Amino acid sequence: MKQKLTNQTRRKMLIGGAAVASTPLWLNVANAKSETIKIGFPVPLTGPFSAEAQDQVKAAELAIKEFNDAGGFNGRKAELLVRDDKLNPGEAATRTLELIEKDKVNYVVGSLSAATQLSINAVCKERKILFNSISQSDAINEVKDWSIYTFHEALNPTMTAGALARYSIPRFGKKIVFLTADYAYGHEMVRAFERVGKEMGATTLADIRHPLGASDYSAFMPRIKALNPDILVLCNFGRDLLNAAKQCTDFGLKSSMKIVTPVLLYTARLAGGPEAFEGIIGGTSYYWGLEDRIPAAKTFNDAFRKMYNGSVPSDYGALGYAGVKSVLASVKIAKSTETMKVVSAMENLKYDWYKGPEYYRKCDHQAVQTVIIVESKSKNMKDKYDVFNILTIEPTTEIHMRTCAELGHKA
Amino acid sequence: MNSFFQLITQHRVLASTLFLAVFPFIMPYEALAVNILIFGLFAMGFNLLFGYMGLLSFGHAAFLGIGSYLTGISIVHYELGWGTAIIVGVIGAAVGGLIMGFLAIRTRGIYFSMVTLALGQIVYYIFYKAESLTGGENGLRGVRVDSFNIFGIPVDFLNPLIKYYIILFFVVIAMWLISRILNSPLGAVMEAIRENEKRAAACGFDVAKTKLLVFILSAAICGLAGSLRALHLSIVPIDSLNYLQSGQAVMMSILGGMGTFFGPFVGAAVMLYLEDVVTTFTKYWMAVIGLIFMFFVLFFPKGIWGTILSKLQIHQDSK
Amino acid sequence: MTGLTFELLCMQLLTGIALGSIYALLALGLCLIFGMLNVVNFAHGAFFMVGAFLGVYFLGVTGNFWFSLVLTPLLTGCLGLVTERFLVRPLYGRGLDYPLLLTFGLSYVLIELMRITFGIEGLPSITPDGLKGTVNVGIGYFPKYRLFLIAATALIVLGIWFLIQKTRYGLIIKAGAVDQEIVKVLGVDIAKVWLLVFGLGCAIAGLSGILASPTRSVNPEMGVPILAESFVVTVVGGMGSPVGAVVAGLLVGIVYSMTSLFYPDLAELSIFVLMAVVLLIRPQGLFGKAGAMG
Repeated sequence: MKQKLTNQTRRKMLIGGAAVASTPLWLNVANAKSETIKIGFPVPLTGPFSAEAQDQVKAAELAIKEFNDAGGFNGRKAELLVRDDKLNPGEAATRTLELIEKDKVNYVVGSLSAATQLSINAVCKERKILFNSISQSDAINEVKDWSIYTFHEALNPTMTAGALARYSIPRFGKKIVFLTADYAYGHEMVRAFERVGKEMGATTLADIRHPLGASDYSAFMPRIKALNPDILVLCNFGRDLLNAAKQCTDFGLKSSMKIVTPVLLYTARLAGGPEAFEGIIGGTSYYWGLEDRIPAAKTFNDAFRKMYNGSVPSDYGALGYAGVKSVLASVKIAKSTETMKVVSAMENLKYDWYKGPEYYRKCDHQAVQTVIIVESKSKNMKDKYDVFNILTIEPTTEIHMRTCAELGHKA
Repeated sequence: MNSFFQLITQHRVLASTLFLAVFPFIMPYEALAVNILIFGLFAMGFNLLFGYMGLLSFGHAAFLGIGSYLTGISIVHYELGWGTAIIVGVIGAAVGGLIMGFLAIRTRGIYFSMVTLALGQIVYYIFYKAESLTGGENGLRGVRVDSFNIFGIPVDFLNPLIKYYIILFFVVIAMWLISRILNSPLGAVMEAIRENEKRAAACGFDVAKTKLLVFILSAAICGLAGSLRALHLSIVPIDSLNYLQSGQAVMMSILGGMGTFFGPFVGAAVMLYLEDVVTTFTKYWMAVIGLIFMFFVLFFPKGIWGTILSKLQIHQDSK
Repeated sequence: MTGLTFELLCMQLLTGIALGSIYALLALGLCLIFGMLNVVNFAHGAFFMVGAFLGVYFLGVTGNFWFSLVLTPLLTGCLGLVTERFLVRPLYGRGLDYPLLLTFGLSYVLIELMRITFGIEGLPSITPDGLKGTVNVGIGYFPKYRLFLIAATALIVLGIWFLIQKTRYGLIIKAGAVDQEIVKVLGVDIAKVWLLVFGLGCAIAGLSGILASPTRSVNPEMGVPILAESFVVTVVGGMGSPVGAVVAGLLVGIVYSMTSLFYPDLAELSIFVLMAVVLLIRPQGLFGKAGAMG
């Protein structure tokens, strides 16, 4: 799947690059205020998640285009300033500083890892800039990291792992083994799954932790086999998930247990191939196949197809779209670009950009949305993008989310 | 030209300070300039051990990380003032240097590099696992510097230019310290050991002790760079401790000129500025950096600053 | 720990040996280059990665695993030849650090090259058809491919041993590692020997890449952690010792595997601790020559 930056973005980056190279600081200070509404977009264009990030850029550009084509805001157009954070929190912080101090962006949308979003958030909230995060994390909703300028477009592990547990435990059994990437995000997935599992009478046989980014999981296979669980939950992400799925398949685990994962990443599935992922069930925020049953999905997919030669958006790509669209829509509703007014408008926003009704919960600005459970398939694939069967869609509700009090927010 | 050369070599700290004082105005944005200051200092600390003593350590990121984390933890978990936090960071890094140096000094050559690599990785894992204090993979967030007063005048640390000059203040102190060390008898012994260790030992110098001492000093300076970095970014990312970060220090020293005073800064500036600019033009910045680095290793082993200095020196000598 | 049986321990051990086979091969390549040329090849992980990519690519194009298995190391070997001739050779005599640094820069370039050629996500790797599935080894079911891996590595190691111990070329390599001057005086074109040894080392790296490719995801960054792990192995075994490389490779694989059983999150740390311990107690490594370092 070739990911190419659009000509627009490339042109912008070239122009930006020429500006960086030729104008020293004192000239930049003079150019401070400009007419366009600037949205900073730091994402990992290089590194293991570059495929997802580039999809996010494409989808975000679509949102910008739709806003501009509709006339913008009082004639002002929107502009996306894409920066590469290299999946590195230190770099993400520097880029965000650059976007805020040099480019004077109005808002920031972005990030694709728990660590980078937290660091971008830390920089934004101190400087009172609105940040809409488009990657998963439980931590960003907690009172320690959160601020009134923080919004969270993406799902969090509580929602995805919880939905997964609710689906799989009644169908496959109550003895659970976790294979967990040993970092906060992995632990969050385990905690969320267990939280629901406990209510359903499930027991955790073991929580096997592996180093983040491990490429060889063979060392864990014999033990998992010996434990003989009903369900094996792969609590890892992206490449880790790919490697783990592959090696579980190699060791023949699928014959004796059901393998599930809280985030069944679309691009990981494409990169890993049908065999490794065959039969694996997982949660996701979006799958293009929703277009058969949700009109907003069809509209979004068609617009994306039109702009990008027939390709379809990925799960994380769609988040790029929604993240930017929500901010711009709020600007229009607030009839102002002033941060606090936009925050207010966003808090009251009710929207359906691509997958059904959504809104932001007041206490922690978490986007309340549907969760989709899918199963990877290897037969009856209409084309190379037809990789999932949709099993169920959990509706938009706050019931399954952690309560405001639990997160430390005063009611 | 000659007097210029004489001037900058004899008053290198002053010359460096003057240059760095106007530096933010020739950089596209201050955060980049601050990063260059911080990494320049990191490379300078590293260069003390590598360029002047010939010991190639691949674990120096550990000290950058210790400084950052201890400073961050002091502010976030113990609510110490930022000044105290910096001191804690530097002392912590020095202690780390003592331990790591003591273990590593016993080996030489490529084994020294390997030991430092391994020890650096161990430090990385320790900080990674101490999630409740360090935030693990998510890093440590919330390193805030509240507004404070200098002689009654309120200082806003969030203002990029002001932040730059405050950090520059510390960097200048460290530079002055390094310059003093290099000019002292210790400095002479360092270079003697680099040139020929056996002969230095035969002359009666305690080689092991010197190595350890320089290791600790180098660690402390890298620790200071780390402390400043925590304050600058408001976060401490875990990959401050990775061996690739140590590799960056090596690259900067080589690019700039190892064994020169200002070389590491030049190396840091060139590398970070290039990375910044190249990243906007192409996403293949890694290839560009790699090619440039190889080019320098092959054709300009003295580094940019080193080559400039030697050209000036030749010009000077021919008069 | 529940369910700790003899069978489980044996399976874990076997898994460790399979993992260690890759390490052993990689370390062997590193060791040849270091022993002969005194160069620490920081691009070794990158050559491993290139081998994996080329292997998967040729397998996809030709459908023939054995063909790819032969072609890939030839190509990475040639790449190694070019590297030695034009990039490393000018740096001899300048000290230990320069070739090391150069190969460090080279690794950056190779990673990017693979990104440009094959894309950023990497390639899906496939287990060759004849080697899919598991087989009953008495104590349980073990993946066929990993058995193949162990066997293949053993064969390759034997082949290299034969080359070094029993052929004239091997004799020259050994002699050159001991004393380059004498070898030159005896009329051997030492430059050519260096060239071929570096190429051989890189070929082995590429070979381990394609052999490892069915067991893990093939992406441009896969060489980075494996480099650190290869260094651990080389140091534990002894920097100039081929026997050390193989023994230490298997040892490290087993340590990683067994630690994963009892303290899985410390698995990666455990091998660095092993390295530090060996360096402090016996700095020359298990099989290295005493006095070589430290």
